[in-house]
Amino acid sequence: MSEAKKQEPRKLPYVAAITEGVRQVLQEQDNAFVAGEDVGEAGSVFGYYQGLLKEFGPERIYDTPISEKGIIGLGVGASATGCRPILDLMFMDFLGECMDEVANQMAKMRFMFGGGATLPVTVLTMSGAGMNLAAQHSQSLEAWLAHLPGVKVVMPSNAYDAKGLIIAAARDDNPVFVVLNKLSLAMACEVPEEPYEVPIGKAEVIREGKDLSIIAVGRMVNEAMAAVKPLAELGVDAEVIDVRSIQPFDTETVVNSMKKTHRAVVVHEAVRFGGFGGEIVAQLQELAFDYLDAPIARVGAPFSPVPFSPALEKVYVPNAQSIVAEVKKTLGL
Amino acid sequence: MVRIRRFEEEAGKLMEDGKIPGALHLYVGQEAVASGVMEHLSNQDQITSTHRGHGHLIAKGGEFDRMFAELFGRSTGYCKGKGGSMHISNIALGMLGANGIVGGGPPIAMGAAFSNKFRKTKDVAVAFFGDGASNEGSFHEAANMAALFKLPCVFVCENNGYGEYTSQANHQAIVDVADRAAGYGMPGVVVDGMDVIAVYEAAGAAIKRARSGQGPTLLECKTYRYYDHVGVRGMGLTYRTDEELEIWQKRDAIQAFEKQLVKMKVTTKKKIENVYARVNKDIEAGIKFAEDSPFPEPADLLDDVYNTGGAS
Ligand SMILES: Cc1ncc(C[n+]2csc(CCOP(=O)(O)OP(=O)(O)O)c2C)c(N)n1
Ligand SMILES: [Mg+2]
Repeated sequence: MSEAKKQEPRKLPYVAAITEGVRQVLQEQDNAFVAGEDVGEAGSVFGYYQGLLKEFGPERIYDTPISEKGIIGLGVGASATGCRPILDLMFMDFLGECMDEVANQMAKMRFMFGGGATLPVTVLTMSGAGMNLAAQHSQSLEAWLAHLPGVKVVMPSNAYDAKGLIIAAARDDNPVFVVLNKLSLAMACEVPEEPYEVPIGKAEVIREGKDLSIIAVGRMVNEAMAAVKPLAELGVDAEVIDVRSIQPFDTETVVNSMKKTHRAVVVHEAVRFGGFGGEIVAQLQELAFDYLDAPIARVGAPFSPVPFSPALEKVYVPNAQSIVAEVKKTLGL
Repeated sequence: MVRIRRFEEEAGKLMEDGKIPGALHLYVGQEAVASGVMEHLSNQDQITSTHRGHGHLIAKGGEFDRMFAELFGRSTGYCKGKGGSMHISNIALGMLGANGIVGGGPPIAMGAAFSNKFRKTKDVAVAFFGDGASNEGSFHEAANMAALFKLPCVFVCENNGYGEYTSQANHQAIVDVADRAAGYGMPGVVVDGMDVIAVYEAAGAAIKRARSGQGPTLLECKTYRYYDHVGVRGMGLTYRTDEELEIWQKRDAIQAFEKQLVKMKVTTKKKIENVYARVNKDIEAGIKFAEDSPFPEPADLLDDVYNTGGAS
């Protein structure tokens, strides 16, 4: 019995998968280090660097002042000169504090220098609503980043992808943002112990179906999966795609799926207007117009900042029900 | 000070009992700073606050009922439930908001001070911010501009020794944030933030200076938060010792001030007890008001994103 148990695949929550990914990167790359606010002794306010200071010491794990522009600048300068920094931007909302370092320095340096600089820097940052943290601690701003030529942006929806994308990001010789989700931290799934990569720029069909493609980003993948059963009860066989990487974006997987199902609903947690979903829809209609049997629908947050009150946040954040409702509309049910 | 202390104690309990959603950063221990500074300000004077903002609003005249209602996410709250603890504000009281962004306040206070000068009022804007926030670029830019334009602005740094779980020694190479004032060309003053009279006097001088057109001051108040960074017990990390907490609690601003007042025969123990009784009643009424208040309606979500010409 105990023997059989040992054979069982190991499950790890998202938070521990992040830790393991970062740990293995630090083991594998001597010139990698972690820098950010309260990443050392505190192990981050989300807990995902816990134990790393003890294991790797203060030469590899750096607590910084509350200076986001400084943190990102440190990563730009250090990565351009031979280090492989892993930076922590505690909440994605704090991008505002350091957007120049991101948009005008990190993203453009290599290009402006005619390829003369290489910036192997990884930024881990936390997105998402659902914890009543109000307008400045709940945003999904990935579209800001995806719009910047020069940075890559991945959004793991589960623990397996979190570890694999962190490792892939750290091995990549470009700036990569790993946009995490706070509501997913406790969510566990099978995670291999050895280091592995989840390829950046590849989407994954996580459920095959024939009636319609639900193309989801980040945590919304889990909401899309939760919508599968109620949809099946309505007689709808939904295909679900985890976009995983929004820059680069895997056009092929998404287009192929829609060519098969002829209908699509695009889902993200970010504000619908101007969100990344618009890009997905545009690509689908450009490349597969003739296959479309219905307008492509989008699910996203309303055009307002994230509200504090639980009564409002509940209706603000897209979920399985809003996905089902949109699918029904698309199919005319 | 008692109003702040009691409000925060109750709010902390309500959060840890799960009755208040989200995260509360509580002001217990730092009361002398908000109280000593705000004593000099009218409703026309403005302040900007921090994520730890309840104390600032209370000292600026915030009412418990609308404050609790906001913390509970009700439509009767100061921000109709849309902001919560981290964005609690009231323009009518000159309170330009708690802030979820560390260092978010100083540039806004500088802007309000600019407006005061531009509109030729005699009002002063005060920015409260932490030791941790003093490392944000926003603070430096605001301080430089305030000094350059000789704005009626006061920068009050509440140095409680920590930014989250990182001690001051681990986030800056100086001991007195006030030292930085020299670099902006404004006076830098250090004061015991556990002594409400000392804060009152130092703030009085800085505010007078600002009001009379002589420009900004950086006033650093050495203080301590008794609770964890978030909530009461918080994450339970061991980043500071019980002994350190006890040393500061022995110098508790409220207790010291009460003793002093009794000794000076300005008041009596009995009268002080009455203050607490009155405050406790307000708190009870405030919580009841909040609990009896309705939640906002989903339809309210899209209101207030823009001014569409209606009353705000
Ligand atoms: C721009 C930004 N960076 C980081 C944070 C996360 N954070 C919230 S409070 C805090 C510590 C602030 O320290 P300090 O300014 O000393 O204020 P205190 O909490 O001690 O009152 C941090 C890092 C934030 N809210 N905003
Ligand atoms: Mg502090």
